[in-house]
Amino acid sequence: MTADLDHATTGTGGRPATGGDPPTGSHPATGGDPATGGDPATGGDPATGGDPATVDGLTIAGVRLASRLFLGSGGIASLEALDSAIAASRPALVTVALRRVDPGARGSVLDVVARHGVRVLPNTAGCFTARDAVTTARLGREALGTNWVKLEVIGDEDTLLPDAVELLAAAETLVEDGFVVLPYTNDDPVLARRLEQAGCAAVMPLGAPIGTGLGIANPHNISMIVESSGIPVVLDAGIGTASDAAVAMELGCDAVLVASAITRARDPERMARAIALAIEAGLEARRAGRIPRRYRAEASSPFSGVADLRSTHQAPARGAGTP
Amino acid sequence: MSVPATELVVNGEIRLVPSGATVSDVVALTALVHDGVAVALNGEVVPRSAWVAVRPSRGDRIEILVAAPGG
Repeated sequence: MTADLDHATTGTGGRPATGGDPPTGSHPATGGDPATGGDPATGGDPATGGDPATVDGLTIAGVRLASRLFLGSGGIASLEALDSAIAASRPALVTVALRRVDPGARGSVLDVVARHGVRVLPNTAGCFTARDAVTTARLGREALGTNWVKLEVIGDEDTLLPDAVELLAAAETLVEDGFVVLPYTNDDPVLARRLEQAGCAAVMPLGAPIGTGLGIANPHNISMIVESSGIPVVLDAGIGTASDAAVAMELGCDAVLVASAITRARDPERMARAIALAIEAGLEARRAGRIPRRYRAEASSPFSGVADLRSTHQAPARGAGTP
Repeated sequence: MSVPATELVVNGEIRLVPSGATVSDVVALTALVHDGVAVALNGEVVPRSAWVAVRPSRGDRIEILVAAPGG
């Protein structure tokens, strides 16, 4: 685990297709991570020579990430299940919490993550105040040797929604302290802007409350955050299944953080693969440019040249204009 | 004959450690490994470099933390 102490606040990741930036079509080769046993991306367009979701990738705080999936390890049934989920989805990083050491514990989540060469992202889950979150972030830096932190400051245990006031205060302190701060935040464009102004390296708005699997409750707000953000936007929380992740990417998010949807799925490995594919699909769809929504039909087959198939005894078709 | 001991609260449980024990000693008594461990003493981070120098006092609260699966 390397400490990336060069804190860059201007990490503009490869935001897909905002501001009319057309996809280049020439995806530089990923160089094929040899460790990708179950990389779902390899089924992609062979002409691109690589996986669209991992090429021309996302850069946060000057660090190029190999994937647009952030995997939350919370809720995983076993380290073996985590291992297979990582292998199946090749996330850019895996989040962990800091908890009291279990003297009898065998094996560590860190061993699993390190085996795959994936970054670890400590979080501040369980903190209700800026002070506790700042201390927990510093403990994470001590324990794991990284100055990246997923900043969570929640308001209550029932909703697990971020406490905006405490969150912003903690973000300011941690940025000052040299952290690369990735705040879990509300789907609030104004708060996202304040977090960006505070020097956060990305913003991670929720789609819906943690663990609900309700998807993206307010896609309009996520779009507004994407449109106005100068830092990468990572959809965090609320993802229930693969299509939700695709929607996040279609809305223009740079990455998606998924925990429960994978770790609590009946088959975490398979869901991890499905979500990685969905992220890839959503990014491609975003780049391709969806058609505008309409309120009336628009025929895809032309009306000109339609055959006259009336029977000879049939009255002229209505509106045919015969004399 | 008993060795003087200091009563600490380690990860929420009362523990007796030898008097003069350092944070490093307390960690060794509690965790199998030192890698990936962080320590807070009364709510403040104790940097690893200070583990051998800091000697907790009676009643101090020590949290010995490691990475665990989490969101």
